[in-house]
Amino acid sequence: MSKRKVVVVGGGLAGLACTMKLCELGIPVDLISLVPVKRSHSVCAQGGINSCNDQTRQLGDSEWLHLDDTVYGGDFLQHQPPVKEMAYWAPKVIELMDRLGVPFNRTEEGYIDRRRFGGTLYKRTAFAGATTGQQLLYALDEQVRRWESAGLVNKYEYWDFLGPVLDGNGACRGAVAQNLATMEIRSFAGDAVVIATGGPGLIYGRSTMSMMCTGSAASRCFQAGAKYGNPEFIQVHPTAIPGADKLRLMSESARGEGGRVWVPRTPQDTRPPKSIPDAERYYFLEERYPKYGNLVPRDIATREIFDICVNEGLSVEKDRLCVYLDLTHISKAELDRKLGGILDIYEKFQGVDPRTNPMKIFPAVHYSMGGLWADYEANGDGGLQAGSPRYQQTSVENLYAIGECDYHYHGANRLGANSLLSCIFSGLFLGPCLQNKLNSQKGTAAEQTALLADAAREHQERHNSLLQRTGGSENPYLIHRELGDVMTKAATVVRRNDQLKAAYEKVSELHDRARSCGLSDTGQWTNQNVMFTKALLDMFPLAKAIVKGALQRDECRGAHYKPDFSMPSLSATDPAGQRAEAEQWCDRFEENNRKWLKSTVCSYDGNHPQITYEDVDTSSVPPRPRLYGLVGADMIEKVWKERLAKSSAQPARV
Amino acid sequence: MIKDAYGHSVKSFQVRVQRQDAPGAAPYWQTFNVEYEPDMNVISVLQKIATMSRTSTGKETTPVAWDCGCLEEVCGSCTMVINGRVRQSCSALVDRLLEDNPREITLQPMSKFPVVRDLVVDRSRMFRNLQRVKAWVPVDGYADMGAGPRQSRGEQETAYPLSECMTCGCCLEACPQFLKVELERKPNESDAEYKQRCGEAYDTEFLGPQAISQAVLFNAHPTGKMMAGDRLDALAGPGGIQVCGNAQNCVAVCPKHIPLTTSIGRAGRAVTIHKIKQIFGGS
Repeated sequence: MSKRKVVVVGGGLAGLACTMKLCELGIPVDLISLVPVKRSHSVCAQGGINSCNDQTRQLGDSEWLHLDDTVYGGDFLQHQPPVKEMAYWAPKVIELMDRLGVPFNRTEEGYIDRRRFGGTLYKRTAFAGATTGQQLLYALDEQVRRWESAGLVNKYEYWDFLGPVLDGNGACRGAVAQNLATMEIRSFAGDAVVIATGGPGLIYGRSTMSMMCTGSAASRCFQAGAKYGNPEFIQVHPTAIPGADKLRLMSESARGEGGRVWVPRTPQDTRPPKSIPDAERYYFLEERYPKYGNLVPRDIATREIFDICVNEGLSVEKDRLCVYLDLTHISKAELDRKLGGILDIYEKFQGVDPRTNPMKIFPAVHYSMGGLWADYEANGDGGLQAGSPRYQQTSVENLYAIGECDYHYHGANRLGANSLLSCIFSGLFLGPCLQNKLNSQKGTAAEQTALLADAAREHQERHNSLLQRTGGSENPYLIHRELGDVMTKAATVVRRNDQLKAAYEKVSELHDRARSCGLSDTGQWTNQNVMFTKALLDMFPLAKAIVKGALQRDECRGAHYKPDFSMPSLSATDPAGQRAEAEQWCDRFEENNRKWLKSTVCSYDGNHPQITYEDVDTSSVPPRPRLYGLVGADMIEKVWKERLAKSSAQPARV
Repeated sequence: MIKDAYGHSVKSFQVRVQRQDAPGAAPYWQTFNVEYEPDMNVISVLQKIATMSRTSTGKETTPVAWDCGCLEEVCGSCTMVINGRVRQSCSALVDRLLEDNPREITLQPMSKFPVVRDLVVDRSRMFRNLQRVKAWVPVDGYADMGAGPRQSRGEQETAYPLSECMTCGCCLEACPQFLKVELERKPNESDAEYKQRCGEAYDTEFLGPQAISQAVLFNAHPTGKMMAGDRLDALAGPGGIQVCGNAQNCVAVCPKHIPLTTSIGRAGRAVTIHKIKQIFGGS
């Protein structure tokens, strides 16, 4: 067993994959998690996990095309080496999960069955009923339990990560965490610390994320000096079930299995949906995007549903925005076999059977493409250098980030069924990298006893002073609601600079008010009130980064949509006129890329995020316009291809 | 809108919560008055109570502590006893609860697990029991070794429902044979020592339907069955399957409709055969 130890924070897919791989390499792990790891938010992922496979290969698919779809879907904002490595690992990741016992759905012959997801033309997605995330998580949880029995893993469940322990050189030597039951605060020595704590959905109040997805762990690293990348890229899932406490996801697999999105052509038609004839239904995704139909990428589906309800006034209901997602044309037996789990959720929470009635759905905040900035080392082949200690290291030495809380893989918009893949892949790939990192170190973190004790004491003092604040005038739960409302209005589907400016001021004001929150519980035992207040305070640095990043980025890219800067369709109808317009369009596209094909990189100055920009590695797939549904797309594509051919013939031109 | 017995629309309702400040402390009841809104569930009720932190008589109090996670009934966190019935609080819709009793909803912690505070209980015993039955597939390692064993649709369709178990504990709360084990923490006992002592105490007590069903799941897996004997030994040991009294409450309360009694039946037969083989000198 190694003398050195890794602290993994977060026990979702990424954290567990990393833990299990480290144990295999003989490296002991302290695993810290807010919840028992088996209850992590990964359980909510429904639809599936992508890889090129033998069925798609015969239709011309390849790992390269998986890479291509991912970066095209992400509007080219992601560094390509990690994406390329992930796409080439994908078939192996699914085979490993299969060996670990994940009950993937099967074909009649007993092979893993596949379905199609958004943003691709191939059936790449392996799935286990409608609870793929749950099934993948359980398989990893079981392996980690095996290592726990063998003594390599110590789990600290119901512990909240309070911050990294940094030494005089700014390198991370461990973590401070707090027990949610006993309220004990202590340090954990870690020769490397891996943050795998998921997304920050609660910043938006209600979202599709679980209640522990506050983003506080990532924010605490951000405030301690780690950089944060692409905060403004927040994916809004097109189909969620609106609820009072949460917006429950309706998986993209509902569309993958043939679900059709429509609204009645007559606004707020009062007839029951099943009695509205086909001719009087507006299948707006199918009409506007004949090639992809209902399976356009998520950002586009979201905007179209938003547009149909808000701008066209065609919402199904008068008082509440929603559209129909219809599965009733598919047989009950098939629906039960492939989508049973998610249809049960709809029925359970809405009291209506989606097998016989179209569901009512609306977009909801779902995923953060951005996250802690993390490094990587490319190899000569456009992929990653295996075993590189730089892989997924944040701007703080020895501090790593993987899974939803890092900024890689998904660029400006994530494709469905790529997140489970990115989490497991990065966890597995990181194991040997950490082994090399640990082997290169002198001394161990455990020797830093004074440093570790000081860090714990500092957090204890902060905690004590928070508990003493009984007279505060503000209620943390009400401030949280206000924050959610501001963020949802200004920083989701459609973004406008005047609104973002106002939102930044409002978020700053709420931040100040949150600092004078009073506690209704000042006890020293299982005090959820004080833990929530801490998490709330840590939402503001990330909320500010999201809003400021969005405000400064004057363009449209993936999930970040600013109509004032959108690229128009072509209006000319004659070929020559179209050609000229397409040339202008491409000029503007190139100009915009020169300015904005850059990652946003934030650092925190104690009160505000400071933003710089970083070039994006597009070494494998050159950027091209994303033209889903644009009038004149064919001509623009033609002009763009000609330019691309010209530029690759002249390699000197950059 | 929900109506009371006199046909009046319900504007607000009472929530009675059984509270407890710490392990071993005496439980007590508090009542909260909650304004009615459409589409509420017990989670949104508890969120409102936390925001108010005031009982129905206007007395200031601490927010009620409770456990929750996904709010979609897949994480298993938010189990509690609602109007006397164990279930997930996220899928307990207020309209349905008020149909039974328009005046009041009662919330209690599960009774088979030690209370940490209020509605939060310590279910670590359930995870410990998964270690007892070695609920995992014993793969050689995590290197790329090709696909897993081919399995028929039928095998997948048998395994999948068992694999949906979210360790929520409803089946154990309802089981007459599964009894509470609660150890008091000794002064100056470290976390690790206390955890160790609890684990040893759990290891001879009844496994319950959750862990038995997981043993069945892994014994049916083509690779998992390579250590079927170990799991059957655990099922045959102290606190094993022989404790089951066949009350069949487990299957009735399982929110995921897992065929727990079928699993128990399969496990019982397998243990019997395993024992006979051992008597006659087999594996």
